[in-house]
Amino acid sequence: MDTVTILLLTFILSVTGLGIFIWSLRRNMFDENPEAAGVIFSTGEIGHIEDPSATAAQKAGLQKTVADSGTAVVDPSLAGQLKVELAERLEADQSTAFVVFTFLCCAIVWLVLASVFGLISSIKLHDPEFLTQYAWLTFGRTRTLHLNMVAYGWAPMAAFGVAIWTLPRLLKTHLYGGRFAILGCMLWNAGLIAGLGSIAAGINDGLEWLEIPWQVSVLIVLGGALIALPLVFTLQNRKVDHLYVSIWYMGAALFWFPVLYLVGKIPGVHFGVEQATMNWWFGHNVLGLYYTPIALASVYYFLPKIIGRPIQSYNLSLIGFWALAFFYGQVGGHHLVGGPVPHWLITLSIVQSMMMIVPVLAFSVNQHLTMRGNFRTMVYSPTLRFIVLGAMMYTLSSVQGSFEALRSVSTVAHFTHFTVAHAHLGLYGFFSLVMFGAMYFVMPRVMSWEWPHPKLIVLHFWLVVTGFGIYFVTLSIGGWLQGLAMLDASRPFMDSVRVTIPYLEGRSVGGAIMTLGHLVFAVHFALMALRYGPSRVGPALLHGKRQPVVQAAVGA
Amino acid sequence: MESEYKLLSGAMVTLALATATLVVVPYMQLSDVPPPEGLKPYTEAQLRGREVYIANGCVYCHSQQPRSQSQAPDFQRGWGRAPVAGDYYYDHPHLLGTMRTGPDLFNIGARQPSVDWNLGHLYEPRAYVPGSTMPAFPFLFKLKDKADADDKVVNVPPSYAPSGQVIVATPQALDLVEYLIGLDHTYPVKPNAALR
Repeated sequence: MDTVTILLLTFILSVTGLGIFIWSLRRNMFDENPEAAGVIFSTGEIGHIEDPSATAAQKAGLQKTVADSGTAVVDPSLAGQLKVELAERLEADQSTAFVVFTFLCCAIVWLVLASVFGLISSIKLHDPEFLTQYAWLTFGRTRTLHLNMVAYGWAPMAAFGVAIWTLPRLLKTHLYGGRFAILGCMLWNAGLIAGLGSIAAGINDGLEWLEIPWQVSVLIVLGGALIALPLVFTLQNRKVDHLYVSIWYMGAALFWFPVLYLVGKIPGVHFGVEQATMNWWFGHNVLGLYYTPIALASVYYFLPKIIGRPIQSYNLSLIGFWALAFFYGQVGGHHLVGGPVPHWLITLSIVQSMMMIVPVLAFSVNQHLTMRGNFRTMVYSPTLRFIVLGAMMYTLSSVQGSFEALRSVSTVAHFTHFTVAHAHLGLYGFFSLVMFGAMYFVMPRVMSWEWPHPKLIVLHFWLVVTGFGIYFVTLSIGGWLQGLAMLDASRPFMDSVRVTIPYLEGRSVGGAIMTLGHLVFAVHFALMALRYGPSRVGPALLHGKRQPVVQAAVGA
Repeated sequence: MESEYKLLSGAMVTLALATATLVVVPYMQLSDVPPPEGLKPYTEAQLRGREVYIANGCVYCHSQQPRSQSQAPDFQRGWGRAPVAGDYYYDHPHLLGTMRTGPDLFNIGARQPSVDWNLGHLYEPRAYVPGSTMPAFPFLFKLKDKADADDKVVNVPPSYAPSGQVIVATPQALDLVEYLIGLDHTYPVKPNAALR
């Protein structure tokens, strides 16, 4: 591409950016607007904690910590109105229960299966004779099955479930069009199962992240579109004026994903190197414009909600949103640093990767300021533990990603396990931890039943945190050493293979502990779904002989 | 913000910008790049072999894009010159790869042109490269008591050979090797072929 074209494009981009900025100023979008941040609370609810996953003692501790910190003050005069609105919300929660339950059950199944295939693939990397007899169990297929189970099974199912559950709460209404979501869920899972079957049988489109044959993908696109419908219907029937920032992230993500997937899967259009740029435009955007926004939306909802205190700076969250929407879409080219693609494209992606620090800082500073003085709440709230840690991992993985895009760092890290560790920091450390936290919050409301064994939540937390710590540290070190060995012309290539072996074994240990954590979670989930254990929040449908103890309205 | 329409149109504009820069402009820029003179189209057997390569996920451990001499010692390792866009003219889908758990294969055909070596290496990589972590692909081969006339018998070092049986390559293994030894991009390209 010649200089004139680049200059012209830069000019158009800058003018567009300036135009949007002026427009947003004229729309008063940067004005102080504290009411907007309070939209997730009912009248008089600020200062009241909410964490359905906590035991009675934990709730008391949580409320006391928040009250002592003095960051959010309860207004007793609004208690009457609050009682009415909370009853309405309980009803709104009921409207999503079945739909959300369906999605989250699918999520759990895919989580466990994906963990198993991840573990098998991990073992194969240091023990290459493990399970080689059958074609469907060869590394190239188990790894792909793992990726697709996470990318199209666990992650979207959890994300859809949590998004659909939060929608009516954010819009203060019932869920409309839940039936479409159920149908969409069925189509999506049918497509996914068929796609995984194809991959196992050796039929795939050959593009990383886009392996599922396009003929099967039609089902996933249709399913995704149907799942987005309740968002549209519920938005139309909303009872709030202001759309809270979580809605922005979720709404945009639910519309971005179908476009991404459709462009990526159109058969017969993409070719050669252009296909490689498209491939990483998709690969990075599915993370950046789909999983990330949904997890961010969850943090923006659950974190303030649990500690009963509105987000510190609402405007910062808006800047974060638009900066993410603008910069994240263009970072994919950094996967091709040093490749046979146009140089301007790589440079653009590196610049935008660094610019991603803007939305990341906007988010991190905001969450930190909201939590300030309330960090002790993590001792009491099981949900918050996952969500705050996940949000920290977002900062870490994003900053790491920005620097990894630099040519000097990429030269070492590219083509190595370091990148794999980084990808897991984003999709596991950030996204999955936030989803775990959100599910702990959501499920008691969905089932009208408490988590039967609070100790299992603690066990789940420590297993996945320990396992992932081992996973990330060992794989990052191993990957970096691998990169250094590969860059040293005096060392044979096999050195870069041998040096990773102990670290790959460490990764398998970490992965096994994570898998164990997921099994604990799945068992706990199943116990709850079957309504074992004492109930303290709602009516018992099974095990009728046990008398539930209904708790007081606030925070219940 | 109070309007979902503005939100969604804003979101679509940013995505359109990203799509323009990473998909549409490269599409326009690359669509008229010709293949280099030395590059031959794949044969039928090579295309079938390429499908075997895709089906078994070779791309997850092997890149097909050596880096330039200014960036990495790929050339000294014998992996070849830095590629240009035209080198991938016949590649549908692209198989550039993002990992080097194993070496780059852009010029594996020039490095290892022997059919027998490649077949044996697929049957048991560790018989040829000690310490290799590449999976063995026994399902691409058949063990027979006695080879038929038109069978391609694979000879591996004695300690790895099954006792009393012969290893026969399946058509998939033969196609895959045909593709691998065809991966030879050692022909010269114009110095200005790299895209700015």
